[in-house]
Amino acid sequence: MSFDIAAVRKQFPILARTQRGKPLAYLDTAATAQKPRAVIDAVSDFYANRYASIHRGVYELSESATLLYEGAREKLRAFLGAREAREIVFVRNATEAINLVAWSWGRRNVGAGDEVIVTTMEHHANIVPWQMLCEERGARLRVLPIRDDGELELEALPGLFTERTRIVAVTHVSNVLGTINPVREIAALAHARGVPVLVDGAQAAPRIPVDVRELGCDFYAVSGHKLYGPSGIGALYARAELLEAMPPWQGGGSMIESVSFDKTTYAGVPTRFEAGSPNAEGAVGLGAALDWLGQIGMQRIAQHERELLDYGTRLLDEIPGVRIYGRAGAKTGVLSFTIAGVHAHDVGTVLDGEGIAIRAGHHCAQPLMERYGVAATARASLGVYNDRDDLERLAQALRKAVELFR
Amino acid sequence: MSDLRELYQTTILDHNKQPRNFRVPEGANREATGHNPLCGDRVTVYVRLEDGVVEDVGFQGNGCAISTASASLMTQAVKGHTVAEVQKLFDAFHELVTSDPQHEVDESGVGKLAVLAGVREYPVRVKCATLAWHTLRAALAGGATTVKTE
Repeated sequence: MSFDIAAVRKQFPILARTQRGKPLAYLDTAATAQKPRAVIDAVSDFYANRYASIHRGVYELSESATLLYEGAREKLRAFLGAREAREIVFVRNATEAINLVAWSWGRRNVGAGDEVIVTTMEHHANIVPWQMLCEERGARLRVLPIRDDGELELEALPGLFTERTRIVAVTHVSNVLGTINPVREIAALAHARGVPVLVDGAQAAPRIPVDVRELGCDFYAVSGHKLYGPSGIGALYARAELLEAMPPWQGGGSMIESVSFDKTTYAGVPTRFEAGSPNAEGAVGLGAALDWLGQIGMQRIAQHERELLDYGTRLLDEIPGVRIYGRAGAKTGVLSFTIAGVHAHDVGTVLDGEGIAIRAGHHCAQPLMERYGVAATARASLGVYNDRDDLERLAQALRKAVELFR
Repeated sequence: MSDLRELYQTTILDHNKQPRNFRVPEGANREATGHNPLCGDRVTVYVRLEDGVVEDVGFQGNGCAISTASASLMTQAVKGHTVAEVQKLFDAFHELVTSDPQHEVDESGVGKLAVLAGVREYPVRVKCATLAWHTLRAALAGGATTVKTE
């Protein structure tokens, strides 16, 4: 089943603008997604008509703003397939969600000599917090390698577990390779050894249906801005049992039960992890984004992007000198590539001149770049609003780049 | 495409493809490495400095066409000049690539380096054009051996 791409595109005001005098072809959704009118209106309406302090006011306006904020939490619960809304903690982004787990759960559960398993394809957001934790605790990182096609060497995972393994941190979808990792199998392997699993869902949640209970993961991190919602809002899903046992990681207002100079007691979950005034407008906007995604359906979005990915792969494979990184069978709409003799940044600039927005660089995945022996790649990534025309323009502009640098 | 040719002028494409002084000069007594973490570009500049004069200069590394061409053109421009003259050239070049694109290009004092004026239109690429220069200055100063442009 397909959907009306023209109708979808009309809902994104930014697609009407130009870049360097050419119609915008936005192929950088893996970095951040553009916003549909429904999200823009929801944020604007919240400011214009519903804005007040959350969880504090005794007046009607505050109560209704609080309901909207908590309503967004419920929407996230449903979107991720969590059992209870209290398993959803609002944070700034997926990076902060992972840091929360590293510093709250990690400090309590990872000690000297312990081990944390990550993979070669992780974004820096799912490497550096663990590295910092390991450094502080005297623990060490172990790395699950990948194959040339961009799939995890799953058969190497059982051998990585030791009695000191405390957590497995893995991305659901690679931001560079597009690989959809077998999270369910990984979680089963880890749980058989009593090890919890954190999943970086920043790339997966906007692209494929996610059900945290079906995946069997213990933690799942998402970013609102990649889900067609506002920046500065994200969420951590954590299994209630784990969350209940976790200490606070940031102190302040909201997260307490009572405060005195002798002793402070903390609020329950998830409030304990939401110190200070929250990004309420962000949460409300994210809620609107989830409603909007739900109307289209994640399965249809996944299919749309998969069809475009296959088309784009064919187009790029026909261009001499283009090498695509990531050929996993299960893959989302990400095309990372290099062109022989043309630096990724020059590719990006040539495309910019044609109105095409892509990412060029290391994509916050330097260990992965090193794995492939490249300093940088160009990356065209798809979103719900892309169409074949975007990819045809990409291919045409890439041929120009090849020609220019011949 | 015409706009792009203003950035990627023939001279730039040529120096990218066949960088000049892409070598470690004999008797080099100064060196520094520059790194642009944003794009992974890395350049090492080597200088043979005698009595305050750049007697020989070369570079190694890899980067985009703008940074490679800029490094190549730089080595040609500074060879045989005093440290003070190099500084003056750097100032003029820096002014050239960071000046307001609306204004007329001021080519005085930059000579052949004027072909890089096109980066004015692409603010994120200015760092590519200046990476080798910052690295050269570090090498001449003899202090820090690694410079970053981010």
